[in-house]
Amino acid sequence: MVNLRGPIDVLVVGGGNAGLCAAITAGRAGARVVLLESATKDFRAGNSRHTRDVRYMHKAATEYVTGPYTEEEFWQDLRQVTGGETNEVLARLTIRASEELGEWMPANGVRWQKPLRGTLHLTRTNLFMLGGGKAMMNAYYDTACRLGIGIAYESEVGELIIRNGAFQSARILRNGASQEISAKAIVVSAGGFEANIPWLKEYWGDAADNFIIRGTKHNQGRMLKELLKHGAKPVGDPRGCHAVALDARAPKFDGGIVTRLDSPPFGIVVNKHVKRFYDEGEDFWPKRYAIWGKLIADQPDQIAYSVIDAKALPHFMPSVFPPVKAHSIDELAIALDLDPARLSAAVNEFNNAARPGTFDPGNLDDCRTEGIEPPKSHWARRIDTPPFYGYPLRPGITFTYLGVTVNERAQVVMQDGRPATNIFAAGEIMAGNILGRGYLAGFGLTIGSVFGRIAGREAARHVGT
Amino acid sequence: MSELDLLKDGERQLTICNACRYCEGYCAVFPAMELRRTFSKGDLTYLANLCFDCRDCYYACQYAPPHEFGVNIPKLMAELRTETYRRYSWPGIFSALFNRNGLAVTLITAVALMMILLPVLVFIGSDVLLATHLGEGAFYRVIPFTAMVLPPSIIVLYALAVLLGGARRFWREAGGGFSKVIDLRALWRATQDAFGLAYMKGGGAGCNYPDASFSQSRRWFHHLVFYGFLFALASTSIAAIYHHFLEWQAPYPLLSWPVALGTIGGIAMIIGTTGMLYLKWLSDRDPAAQSMLNMDVAFLVLLFLTSLTGLLLLVFRETPAMGTLLVVHLGMVAGLFITAPYGKFAHVVYRYAALVRYAVEQRRIAGQ
Repeated sequence: MVNLRGPIDVLVVGGGNAGLCAAITAGRAGARVVLLESATKDFRAGNSRHTRDVRYMHKAATEYVTGPYTEEEFWQDLRQVTGGETNEVLARLTIRASEELGEWMPANGVRWQKPLRGTLHLTRTNLFMLGGGKAMMNAYYDTACRLGIGIAYESEVGELIIRNGAFQSARILRNGASQEISAKAIVVSAGGFEANIPWLKEYWGDAADNFIIRGTKHNQGRMLKELLKHGAKPVGDPRGCHAVALDARAPKFDGGIVTRLDSPPFGIVVNKHVKRFYDEGEDFWPKRYAIWGKLIADQPDQIAYSVIDAKALPHFMPSVFPPVKAHSIDELAIALDLDPARLSAAVNEFNNAARPGTFDPGNLDDCRTEGIEPPKSHWARRIDTPPFYGYPLRPGITFTYLGVTVNERAQVVMQDGRPATNIFAAGEIMAGNILGRGYLAGFGLTIGSVFGRIAGREAARHVGT
Repeated sequence: MSELDLLKDGERQLTICNACRYCEGYCAVFPAMELRRTFSKGDLTYLANLCFDCRDCYYACQYAPPHEFGVNIPKLMAELRTETYRRYSWPGIFSALFNRNGLAVTLITAVALMMILLPVLVFIGSDVLLATHLGEGAFYRVIPFTAMVLPPSIIVLYALAVLLGGARRFWREAGGGFSKVIDLRALWRATQDAFGLAYMKGGGAGCNYPDASFSQSRRWFHHLVFYGFLFALASTSIAAIYHHFLEWQAPYPLLSWPVALGTIGGIAMIIGTTGMLYLKWLSDRDPAAQSMLNMDVAFLVLLFLTSLTGLLLLVFRETPAMGTLLVVHLGMVAGLFITAPYGKFAHVVYRYAALVRYAVEQRRIAGQ
């Protein structure tokens, strides 16, 4: 059992990737570190347990990446996805510091996945953790334990006591009892608020009731709210969240990666009134799936249905829930609880509009529709080969963009523009500084790792170790 | 859980794995899984026997219990393997021996021991059994040569026949045709993987065994057992050659091949089985199947006792204890081979068959 009564130099709130990077870095610098994790040991590490890969800058190919990824290219990628909603100073700092992750992470127990024939194709930009995020977090927790860092599970901070812009103590709830913990510095790495449905409702209304949360139920945003309440300067669009199309049968929380569905580009997608509402074949699915969450959130009852035929089935990753299967479109409509006449009409209209072409799932092919609105620009093959399959879709929230402003030392910046001396933030809670919009695969871990390390280093420096 | 429920749950769990694929770098199971979209009984049997229970995937799994998906691949695979051993054993009536394998193995060994001891007492007499025998042919004064060689040969041939019959059925159900066995490169690959225990390395850092931390200890103890067993087998084979071709009868001097190899093998097996039992004792029960654990312990204890009595026989072969030790050792050996097709020994054939299947499959894909 970790001792919370003794003197603590650095208190880390939140045991995900950023928190562990901070704790390990501060611990290595000689600080006495205690880390509070609100989940049980089994569900520790927040959304990091669902991650897969990390994006990092590197000068040359290695055993694990196929080629170089320069600062400039990385920066251009980021600028493009954020549409400029990024702080260039912090972004470039993150990109440059990410170069060290290729060595720092293995030095702290993380293993990379080697190329496998026929399965995972190595990428040029991202490193894949062997076993994924939970394996990575297990390694970090082991390292933290070896460094003598105190880890308290099921310990949730309710309130931060901050006076004159300086952190003094935290009131926490642990084993059903409230207690106050003092520390010389605090690193807040407690994630966003995507699991807080009432908070999401402030921006989305009742639609938020139909959102599926892909990650931990623990990301209630309590620390974000506390910091904002104490005058931290917000960053990022409060309404903004990364939302993807998920199988509607996914669990409400913690479904992670497996509930995503890659079928839409190979068929049509209709809403509950059996109306198509967006070009399903606009671009490759990995480039488009992130906009579909928002598209479905804007449909009545936040539900949509992907309809495909037997030809389409082999072209996307197997889904975790079996599709609804039927031998006719009528039958499929009934099974999906849609109006059969309307679905037949929608499929017919689409089939008649589909121009002949050469289907090629690996390229933006010439199979497209003519004369219907919205069009389908690629992979528009007639839906005519039974059995037919349908998947119900819902918006799935990955993370929220609202955060607190930080400076290059990871200090939280207050409304008056001055940094708090001993309050540091890392991870999703400050990612909005750098990724104000959009998404770049594996970049959440990059920000968390880089700023976790900066926060740990600066917190340790602040307490004079 | 009934076999049908087990197969259904297997399909459910692997469908989750197949949509995730985070564990694909750990072992052969996941790359093999990725070649499939559905999981028939044969597929599940094949994948289960490719699993070396390293448990890396269990601790890395974001869906492991208490997550509502309850993905627990090592446990599932161990349960499926128990089913494999049961289903492919012959005759069917003996499949009950898998239900309480520890008890079955103990009783069979005890009966085998009695079947040796009683004739010795009746036909040879306790005075001969308890006397000191020295020089060439000493063992055969307690148990005549024919009695020592003929029944064990029959038992070994029987065990081999049952195991190979099982392997054949396994091969067919796992989707391999006969022609696929004749892939020499695949056989070589599978043999390397088997002799190196490639998949007890997990993703390289070893098994998560006995607990969540990575360790190579299970692999090294298993190596000691396996190679110790091969040494003991070599010792017996050389002794047979000496006997038949050189007309040189046991016991052999300490500095002879049979004694040297047997001693090294015996010591290796004692260390290996003790180590494996110790690791099992410590091991996390959550990713384990009780039925398999039961089988493992029975097999390891019997191997341990066989090695121990063999070494004791060597040490005390020039004392009045020799006769008794010889009877006990032969009883253990008999128990080991009689139960070979009806216990954990069977893993040797099914695992090897699964590794061959995997090597064939991977080579075919690479060739495409």
